[in-house]
Amino acid sequence: MSAYRSMLYIPGNSPSLLQHAPIFGSDSVLLDLEDAVALSEKDAARKLVRHMIATLDFGRILVTVRVNGADTPFFERDLEEIIPACPGAIRLPKCGTPDDVRAADAKISALEERHGIAAGSIKLHAMIESAAGVVNANAIAGASPRLSAITIGGQDLIADMGAKKSREGWEIFSARGQIVIAAKSRGLDVYDTVWTDVNDNEGLFEETKRIVAMGFTGKAAIHPMQVPVIHSAFTPEPREIDFAGRVIRAAEEARRDGRGVFSVDGKMVDGPIIAQAARVLELAALSKRGGVQ
Amino acid sequence: MTAAKTAEAGSLESSDCLVIITEADKYALDYSGANASLFRRRTEAAVARALSAYGNPVCAVVIKDQGALEPTLNARLETALERAGYGRLGS
Repeated sequence: MSAYRSMLYIPGNSPSLLQHAPIFGSDSVLLDLEDAVALSEKDAARKLVRHMIATLDFGRILVTVRVNGADTPFFERDLEEIIPACPGAIRLPKCGTPDDVRAADAKISALEERHGIAAGSIKLHAMIESAAGVVNANAIAGASPRLSAITIGGQDLIADMGAKKSREGWEIFSARGQIVIAAKSRGLDVYDTVWTDVNDNEGLFEETKRIVAMGFTGKAAIHPMQVPVIHSAFTPEPREIDFAGRVIRAAEEARRDGRGVFSVDGKMVDGPIIAQAARVLELAALSKRGGVQ
Repeated sequence: MTAAKTAEAGSLESSDCLVIITEADKYALDYSGANASLFRRRTEAAVARALSAYGNPVCAVVIKDQGALEPTLNARLETALERAGYGRLGS
């Protein structure tokens, strides 16, 4: 299971935020060269991000760089500058077809080879933020072994759908479901979109609870204050942890005794229940770990 | 080689630095900031490395340091040099 519950966006041309990126407590950071950077500062941001990645110790934090879209004049230069710094992953925005993934994969592969980086070591996250992308989610998920995650870009998707944004997110409920299914069918991580109201942590908590229940493995954050809220929503309730612990212990006893089926609290337990219990305990372990350092 | 133009990179925000590269007859470094006396040697070495990477162009370098870490200083130097027309690293 993914250890990256929270993915904190950091503007790529802000030294003060970038140099604190490892200490905000998020499981992952998204160093942004796209929307957070003015057109006139794209060159400065990619150099700053490269030097920061090469210099700072991010510990266990996954460092992902969101590059500019392949349809922009910045995309290739972003990759040329960033790949030699070996980030954990590249987030590919505006991903609408499997060819988008394959084209990015080919460019990253060439750069890995040129710079003596182990082939495939830099992962790719496909950001789906259009109706066409949602329709193609299954094909996108299977487009490249370099792909390790799919993520939904809610704001652009809502605009592309001509939908109206609601606090509950009903307008992208179906898209979220399709993207989770596509990701899980390929064993990929799947990350949810941002919660844009930094003054509404209650709404963020409720939304995160919903997307955890849907199967998402992480959620993007746009402010450090959102990180503990997301982690809290990923943390199972004590009664869930207690039940899961008893399921796992009972499963171990049943395995030793050669029993295939057993019960806990009068309920029959089988493979899927054991798998769900294991996920609950993994989430509980992550919550005890706190911010990754 | 001389600068095609005056160019700058960075800002005067906290933790950043503003680097200005100007065409000149001889090399000069004007380094200022609240902690300039603490980081002068670090900065001089960074400027020397950056200029060397771009073929040692003759130019004047102005740095207004607002507490930039070394990666920030290096990034701003590279950006200013490339904006000034001294080529591009890795190309």
